[in-house]
Amino acid sequence: MKGLPPVVITAIVLVAGFAICATQYPNIASTRVVGNLLTDNAFLGIVATGMTFVIISGGIDLSVGSVIGFTTVFVAIAIERLGIPPWLAFVAILVICAAFGAAMGGIIHLFDLPPFIVTLAGMFLARGASFLLSTESIPINAPIYSTVSDFALRLPGGGRLTAIAIIMLIVIAAGALLLHLTRFGANVYALGGSRATTALMGIPVGSMTVRIYMLSSALSGLAGIVFSFYTAAGYSLSAVGVELDTIAAVVIGGTLLTGGQGTVIGTFLGILIQGLIQTYITFDGTLSSWWTKIVTGVLLFAFIALQQAIIVLARRSVLRRAGATS
Amino acid sequence: MQKGPDPAPLLDVRGLAKSFGALRALQDVDFTLRAGEIHALLGENGAGKSTLIKVVTGVFARDAGIVRLDGAEIAPRSAKAALDCGIATVYQEVNLLPNLSVAQNLFLGRQPTRLGVVRQAEMRRRATALLQEFGLHIDVAAPLGNYSVAVQHVTAIARAVDLSARVLILDEPTASLDRHEVEILFRVMRQLALRGIGIVFVSHFLDQVYEISDRITVLRNGRLIGERETASLPRIELIRMMLGRELAETTGERVAAPAHGAGEACVSFEGYGKAGTIAPFDLTLHHGEVVGLAGLLGSGRTETARLVFGAERADSGEVKVEGRAARLHSPRDAVAYGFGYCPEERKTDGIIADLTVRENIVLALQARRGLHRPLSRGEQDEIAKRFIELLDIRPPDPERPIGLLSGGNQQKVLLARWLATSPRLLVLDEPTRGIDVGAHAEIIRLIREFCDKGLALLVISSELDEIVTYSDRVVVLRDRVHVEQLQGDAIDVTNILAAIAADGAARGAAS
Amino acid sequence: MMARLPRHGLAQILALVMILAVDRMVSPQFFDLRMQDGRLFGSVIDVLNRGAPVVLLSLGMVLVIATRGIDLSVGAVMAIAGAIAASLADSHSLPLVLAAALGTGLICGLWNGFLVAVLGIQPIIATLILMVAGRGIAQLITEGRIVTFTSPDLGWFGAGAILGFPAPVVIAAGMLGLTVAVVRGSALGLLIEATGGNARASELAGVGTRLMILAVYAWCGLCAALAGIISAADIMGADANNAGLWLELDAILAVVIGGTSLFGGRFSLLLAVVGALIIQAMNTGILLSGYPPELNLLVKAVVVLAVLLLQSPRLAGLAGLAARLRGARLRLKGAKA
Repeated sequence: MKGLPPVVITAIVLVAGFAICATQYPNIASTRVVGNLLTDNAFLGIVATGMTFVIISGGIDLSVGSVIGFTTVFVAIAIERLGIPPWLAFVAILVICAAFGAAMGGIIHLFDLPPFIVTLAGMFLARGASFLLSTESIPINAPIYSTVSDFALRLPGGGRLTAIAIIMLIVIAAGALLLHLTRFGANVYALGGSRATTALMGIPVGSMTVRIYMLSSALSGLAGIVFSFYTAAGYSLSAVGVELDTIAAVVIGGTLLTGGQGTVIGTFLGILIQGLIQTYITFDGTLSSWWTKIVTGVLLFAFIALQQAIIVLARRSVLRRAGATS
Repeated sequence: MQKGPDPAPLLDVRGLAKSFGALRALQDVDFTLRAGEIHALLGENGAGKSTLIKVVTGVFARDAGIVRLDGAEIAPRSAKAALDCGIATVYQEVNLLPNLSVAQNLFLGRQPTRLGVVRQAEMRRRATALLQEFGLHIDVAAPLGNYSVAVQHVTAIARAVDLSARVLILDEPTASLDRHEVEILFRVMRQLALRGIGIVFVSHFLDQVYEISDRITVLRNGRLIGERETASLPRIELIRMMLGRELAETTGERVAAPAHGAGEACVSFEGYGKAGTIAPFDLTLHHGEVVGLAGLLGSGRTETARLVFGAERADSGEVKVEGRAARLHSPRDAVAYGFGYCPEERKTDGIIADLTVRENIVLALQARRGLHRPLSRGEQDEIAKRFIELLDIRPPDPERPIGLLSGGNQQKVLLARWLATSPRLLVLDEPTRGIDVGAHAEIIRLIREFCDKGLALLVISSELDEIVTYSDRVVVLRDRVHVEQLQGDAIDVTNILAAIAADGAARGAAS
Repeated sequence: MMARLPRHGLAQILALVMILAVDRMVSPQFFDLRMQDGRLFGSVIDVLNRGAPVVLLSLGMVLVIATRGIDLSVGAVMAIAGAIAASLADSHSLPLVLAAALGTGLICGLWNGFLVAVLGIQPIIATLILMVAGRGIAQLITEGRIVTFTSPDLGWFGAGAILGFPAPVVIAAGMLGLTVAVVRGSALGLLIEATGGNARASELAGVGTRLMILAVYAWCGLCAALAGIISAADIMGADANNAGLWLELDAILAVVIGGTSLFGGRFSLLLAVVGALIIQAMNTGILLSGYPPELNLLVKAVVVLAVLLLQSPRLAGLAGLAARLRGARLRLKGAKA
């Protein structure tokens, strides 16, 4: 079990699941379906990339869904009601989101508070703010929106790789690069291993915490922009409960919820597994959407139990060693 | 490295003092470390070793005294600042990140990069080279946690040395290493000493101290007992320095009456033990008897206590309570049989800091009675009041959170917790640790009093005089084995010391 | 033992009084009561009535938090219990309906307790599983529809009245009384506080800490199921998607406002209830004032942050309290040395 990293298990689950689905509904194994799957889950992939950083660093961010909702409303109002050029609205919202995340990270670090409760307050705040902006769904008709949604790379077999799917793939690639190949990424793992030790090793823990939550919120903002492309509207109730889907995808992707271990690519696989379940349900036609939640819950339990087992086994072997030799 | 006019010391500590509230953890301690020397820092738990290290490395602020490094006065405010000065510490629980690769651990925060991307191959190459200097040929890309504790220690040392540390403090580095791993570590230590690095070696394994160190400093109760050359210090003398008290310090005459120990057998263990923790032992405790457990740190004293109380589950042997076979699988079982246990780590294992004195006192009794039979507030008040008076707990306020009391009074509350259950056997692990002198004598008096009432007591203490004062029988432990039982007139400090040192002396003679 | 309210709870009670006073300013008829069809009506009654589910949740949550835990799944458990009650209501007798719904809540609680106490999984992670899957299970029971029922027996739990008071208020008050009686009338309260304060030391004092943890999660599940029944009865139907949505957060907030630390130990059932009423009084006040109800979330966010920062030892550091705490912590470390 120790030789098999959780991300490999995730990959096996995905491949096996895909194989099962494809034998029942051969159409699933087409670029068309896969392309749609990527498009439908594009915003989720982006926000989950940020969540991966947060969770590996030993934290959690419950505010992501609300930030997405706020972003869609903000963008819609800025473009449609205030006539601000879309690119300016995008930059503005990304800056706002980054500042929001920085504030949460700062509070977590400065006041030594549990991340879940601070980001919970952030969740209320962002959702409340988006309600204040507007409670109605605002359609967005800016030309760039139709341009973006019309754009797609043709895949062999009739599939379409849409612009927002491409954005997600870029974010995931960049996230993987940042996490696995830079000092920043190494520090994220270090924080998840032990905050105290990391500080002792000379890493500025406070600024790392701020930057990690900044990253998560900024990516939530980007996910919000993508979501607004996807729905061509801004709505304050959009993306409710997305934080749960995101956390589930990250954990199913093999990231340790207690921090210190995980990969961006695993998170991507976790997103694909969730997307696959939805696709299967759509194909089946008789099953209903709630099965997604139940199956996700079962997978969540399986991965958490698996990780707990690994931890307990590791601890036992350490104890046995220590006991036998001292 | 002998002698001449002493070379200027690398690290020079003079007149260091540190108090925590009323507890004086360090008093007027001097410590001198020369370049290229391996210097053992010895003492029992609570002697002040850790406090000395933490003051020198800036974890605690000092109350008085001077620390000089290479003749220049330093006052680091944090472990990081101390490291920047050139003083590195490697603790028993290695302060590295087991989830990161060995190479990342070595270079965290200073990885070689190109355009912001860590040059993995370059980093691995450097890490491999660095560790090869220390005789380690391992895959540095694997997570540190995959490797043995010895490798982790060497990695931590390598990181420190690579950060240009000149003073290396190793706190119990060998506690969880096997013989072979100790060899690896010692080779590295000797190599570093040759490079002129000063090494402070804290350990409770005296054999290892004799094997590796050039010089020994002994602390006891926060005071400096002495600094000696290892080669010229007999083992029994060293143990006397660590455990004995000067004549002037002793608290009193031996008070155990010979009449004791004649009571009925209360609890008896036969072949009781746990593999890897403590060798099977036979132990019978009689009503009204005090049995002392003596031995050095790590000899298996606390392990015996935890086994007796069911906090650790035995894998061999039998236990009888009042002659009938019993089952001790958890503290709850032990409490049900009328056992009590005051653990060594009062703060983490004993008190519940937020709860009041009253609640802390009634806790064990209430747990034993079960949920359905709650003690009424009146009963609780009555019990708390009785024990506060009996044990003279101060301040005598049952509604004060126990966390606000002094160590000695906390200890008394814990005693009260168990006395309230009218136990048949009470296990006390270092009952006088970290307690001021007045309360110290008081607790010894109480111990005697309880057992006059028929209670059986099993007491662990590093203070041999204390054990001699109240014990009817003394069990001596060495290397996790019960090696000897002393009774009656045979109980004195000299005999205990001899029993503790016997094996080592024999081994010393053999080698 | 039972009368441990006033000194500690002064701030919370003052806050409630102040919010009620503000409500009175916003709506002059706030304290008016009138009797209609044997039931009292009025804004104050409304606060109590609407607050009943969160009061029930906070009764369970406060015990869980006292053991250093947290239960994120109570909203989902509400949805499950409501779904079961609503789908059985018209075909089965009331006792059976109640037993099925409450029994399910108990099982959910035991599941959470099992993960935390036996498998040793962190509470926030362990209860996340049911938080995710629970709503799916509820939808499975209702088959994705909003299940309505007509049974007046179950309907009584939402619209009925005893001595003029709405049934949810009476049930919540009864549950408060029962919980206080069970927890403070037995040794449970002391043993829970000991477990949350220092689980290691409690275990060594002979306390069955695992049993305590199992018991509080079970109780929390039971309370959540009762809240779910009331919510379903209130609308004469079960909406698996929205029943109890985000109420776990309100319950946690109520407990935090009630002064129970997220780090376990001392707890107060009565103050948690006061916390729940504070939240509801704010909700009602905002509604009455004509502001958009969405403002609620903003106000809650500010309250959470304010309460947390007030409880944070770091903030008190300005006044030197932190220095003392740090001293105590160092002393602790020193004593270990």
